[in-house]
Amino acid sequence: MHTFELITPASVTEAVKAQAGSPTAQQGAPVRFIAGGTNLVDFMKLNVETPRQLVDINRLGLDRVEALPGGGVKIGALARNTDVAQHELIKARYPVLSEAILSGATVQLRNLATTGGNLLQKTRCVYYRDTAFACNKRNPGSGCPAIEGHNRMLAVLGTSEHCIATNPSDQNVALTALEATVHVTGAKGERAIPIAEFYVLPGATPERETVLAPGDLITHVTIPALPDGAKSVYLKLRDRASYEFALASAAIVTQVSGGRISFARVAMGGVGTVPWRSHEAEKALLGKAATRENFRAAAEAALHGAKPQTQNGFKVELAKRCVTHALTLATKQA
Amino acid sequence: MQDQAQKAVTESRIIGVSTPRIDGPLKTTGTAMYTSDHNFPGLVYAWPVIATIASGTITSMDTARAAAMPGVLAVYTHENIGPLYRTPPTQGFSMIIDERRPPLEDNVVSYYGQYVGVAVASSVEQARAAAEAVKVTYDKRSHNVEEKLIGTPIAEPGIKKGTARGDVTSAFKNAAVKHDAVYSTPNETHNPIELHASVAVFKDGRYTLYETSQAVVNHRDVMAAMLGVPPENVQVITRFLGSGFGGKLWPWPHAMLAAATARNINRPVKLVVSRSMMFQSVGHRPAIDQQIQLGAEPSGKLVALGHHYVNHTAMEAEYDEGCGEATGFLYSCPNLAVTSGLVRRNVGVPTAMRGPGAVPGLYALESAMDELAVKLKMDPVQLRLLNEPDKDESNGLPFSSRHLKECLTVGAEKFGWAKRTPAVGSMKNEDGATLGWGVASCAWGAMRIDTEMSVELLQDGTARVTCATQDIGGGTYTAIAQMVAHETGLPVAKVNVILGDSALPPGPISGGSWTTASVTPAALDAAHHAVQTLLVSAATFPNSPFKGKKPAELEMVDGTVRAKGSATPQLTMAEVLKGANVKGITGTGKSQGTFGAKEEYSFHSYGAQFVEVTWQPEIARLRVSRVVTVIDGGRMLNPRAARNQIEGAVVMGVGMGMLEGVEYDRASGAPINASLADYIVAVNADCPHIDVTFLDYPDYKLNALGARGVGEIGLAGVAPAITNAVYHATGIRVRRLPVRIEDLMGAPMHLA
Ligand SMILES: Cc1cc2nc3c(=O)[nH]c(=O)nc-3n(C[C@H](O)[C@H](O)[C@H](O)COP(=O)(O)OP(=O)(O)OC[C@H]3O[C@@H](n4cnc5c(N)ncnc54)[C@H](O)[C@@H]3O)c2cc1C
Ligand code: SF4
Repeated sequence: MHTFELITPASVTEAVKAQAGSPTAQQGAPVRFIAGGTNLVDFMKLNVETPRQLVDINRLGLDRVEALPGGGVKIGALARNTDVAQHELIKARYPVLSEAILSGATVQLRNLATTGGNLLQKTRCVYYRDTAFACNKRNPGSGCPAIEGHNRMLAVLGTSEHCIATNPSDQNVALTALEATVHVTGAKGERAIPIAEFYVLPGATPERETVLAPGDLITHVTIPALPDGAKSVYLKLRDRASYEFALASAAIVTQVSGGRISFARVAMGGVGTVPWRSHEAEKALLGKAATRENFRAAAEAALHGAKPQTQNGFKVELAKRCVTHALTLATKQA
Repeated sequence: MQDQAQKAVTESRIIGVSTPRIDGPLKTTGTAMYTSDHNFPGLVYAWPVIATIASGTITSMDTARAAAMPGVLAVYTHENIGPLYRTPPTQGFSMIIDERRPPLEDNVVSYYGQYVGVAVASSVEQARAAAEAVKVTYDKRSHNVEEKLIGTPIAEPGIKKGTARGDVTSAFKNAAVKHDAVYSTPNETHNPIELHASVAVFKDGRYTLYETSQAVVNHRDVMAAMLGVPPENVQVITRFLGSGFGGKLWPWPHAMLAAATARNINRPVKLVVSRSMMFQSVGHRPAIDQQIQLGAEPSGKLVALGHHYVNHTAMEAEYDEGCGEATGFLYSCPNLAVTSGLVRRNVGVPTAMRGPGAVPGLYALESAMDELAVKLKMDPVQLRLLNEPDKDESNGLPFSSRHLKECLTVGAEKFGWAKRTPAVGSMKNEDGATLGWGVASCAWGAMRIDTEMSVELLQDGTARVTCATQDIGGGTYTAIAQMVAHETGLPVAKVNVILGDSALPPGPISGGSWTTASVTPAALDAAHHAVQTLLVSAATFPNSPFKGKKPAELEMVDGTVRAKGSATPQLTMAEVLKGANVKGITGTGKSQGTFGAKEEYSFHSYGAQFVEVTWQPEIARLRVSRVVTVIDGGRMLNPRAARNQIEGAVVMGVGMGMLEGVEYDRASGAPINASLADYIVAVNADCPHIDVTFLDYPDYKLNALGARGVGEIGLAGVAPAITNAVYHATGIRVRRLPVRIEDLMGAPMHLA
């Protein structure tokens, strides 16, 4: 770990100003916001992140969870993962989000981890974490050893020849299915970014993961109301029973009216370079009967175009089973 | 043998009684001093520089930048570390070390993560930053971390012959029913929670070394040899271990780096290895391929058993896993052969890991037995019962005490085996998930190692017991205290046990599950001698109420001395010592080792593992839901600690069967999943329901207490019982551990 300076701004404006001069808000940013620190400090110890200044955003009053008029919810960027998952509003309106958060990490980590920090957590790719190796995400242009190497955990959707790293978050999969909006205050004022536009595919620039620019501070996330009677489910599949990232996961929001699926959102984790929304699966479901065959057809559509790597081909079928079963669970409740 | 002559201890108020660990409160309150907790004035920190190639030579090392960094005291490479010698050849139980090459001996690199330098600085962060700033230039050569072993070139001297009888080749050829398959297990790591660590203090030519060691006496001898000083100039201390699983049996190179840097800069040095180094340079169970050939008559009677294994070893180490450990005596079979071979890979040096040899060996043999049972259309428990030998057929010796059949039948009863339907996928639980039931036998050797012990009875009414063994965490402190409490009548709380210091009377390694069988007879013997001397004192001190009695007419009951058969007068131990004005009375005890001695019996523990897995094909989820374990391990001196050993081992077996395995990165040769997030072990949520039963058959042929040892046997048999259950649930036979989701994706979605 390199030495760094820690500053504690008194306001959002001051925090934004502190980072605004940084040449980038992406990989290698010399100034970084620190929230729970459960992800950032890890990478600092590994010398993967070497900021010279940390901006502590824990005391800016951004930690509340509130109901919005019209049935939505506003979640502060500094709201702890535990507090969000256990919040009555979240449990009642968005069980998929509560389940997703609780399926991740451990209670100790969730007590510290924040909504904003979780949105920006980095990949678990082993090469990214070890500076002895080349890695296009950490060191642009150096190469991607994962493509020929240890890629069992990595992505099959949204990959490029430059990077196949997975976005490992559970929370972000649920937020994707819920069509959340990420609210940012930046050097030029406030912006509202739909989550579908928040993450960027690796393409030729895997070091760039989001649309955030220097100075951009996530202040909160909003989630719109779901249709009455919609059900939601998160299903996570992994090698061991707890405390592990997903090999494949599915966040489902559905509504069944008159035996037909009248509303469907399908998002997947553990398989994409970004939290993966499948409009194809949703299209395949809408208006169809809630049967296993139709769920499987939607799952096939969701994985259409998946590109298996040397070790992770099984994820394609695993993700299909995950989506199919999650749909079964979501509609069973209905 | 001396302790076999000792009277059998058949009754006691404390031996065989569940006793909480006397070191428990120290650990739960954080007062126990683990190795890395030791600090000294002027202490500085060392951090190794590691090789980032797997094969080649160092052409240059640029240490200038590192040396100029804040707080840095020194940076050492192979050019300036100073003398470090190789150990003389191992003789019996001394001078044992697996990685014989001292660190920084020359510029050759033969595995990724090998130490090539070390930085010393005032803080651990500074030392680490400096180590990472050293620029190493290599002349890289191609490396070999190939996973496939059988069928690749065998290292000199080629295939070795192990135990053999009859003519296995022709018996196998002519057998009515045959099974022949290769079973593979990966590199597994010990990775106890406590990281390996050394705190080295060098003063006036003497070294005091605080080490994470499962064998302080051997550690002292090896370190003295490598540092080139007489053994009396080295003291090794390990008060508590955060476990080791065999990984801490023999010294590893970080210990020499700590001692050499302490010597070079003349200040105490602390070196704690990182978690990733725990996957590189402190040993591991090697990757192994094992071919098993079984031939049987249609009745199930075995006629041929071939066991041919090859394990990987490092470029410069001859580690043989010994997979045939249990093969020669587990079943009756007239034609049998074990062979072995080593293949060299650019990997760190392998070492013994919990149940070395037998644990992977039984994975192969017990998987093959299950496959044979399927071919014979025979119940796998029956097949094992049918092949029970009446003596150890590998050497003709009688068994000291063997109850494998009872383990199997008791286990079957407890598990509900009679309800098993053999067809694949034919059993469901109430939630509709498919169940798989599997069984495996297990065995593990029993032995004693030379032990000396000292018991001092003190005026303050306590006893002080000393021995240069150590407690790996399994309950050695407590077992010794139980012995002394039994012999003196003092409560366990009045017995102070001092272990983990090479300056104490020499004791055994904490390994092989031999510690309990070795230390307890010595403790009894020492306490017995101390009490005899106390009785002499009681009979002779001026004003003694026993004046005129012979010592032999006195006895010690419940901590008090009295004349045999009369309740009064009585003197407490403290009163005798005060009356005699003696501060303390010492008795010494010994227990002789069986290692290398000519045996009259075949000493082994036995067991049976019954496993239930739950399989949900719709989400490809397999979990181990239930394990019934029955152990024939001699007498349990402390059933509570014994149960804990077995339960922990079963959980470790779930890891071995389902989760664990180091993977090497082909391009770099690095163990690539070198963290506890990427090398996954079982967590609480993976723990099945565990039901442990001990058959209580004391083995008085091994020692007067009838105790063998249970540290390792609980792991043996778990993995094959899991894979056998997986086959029963899914129809898929996994012959390469661990069983992973991708292995099972091809199983039919709907069975039976
Ligand atoms: C052992 C372990 C296991 C885990 N398992 C899982 C799992 O199974 N599933 C899962 O989903 N996650 C898992 N996690 C990841 C965990 O969810 C994240 O570490 C956590 O959510 C990060 O939140 P934080 O507040 O600590 O972020 P920090 O570490 O503080 O920050 C992370 C990044 O976000 C930036 N940042 C933080 N807040 C803001 C903001 N408001 N505006 C702009 N930038 C910001 C920081 O600058 C930094 O770059 C695991 C983590 C660990 C250590
Ligand atoms: S997959 Fe991406 S993060 Fe991993 S090594 Fe390749 S470029 Fe780096």
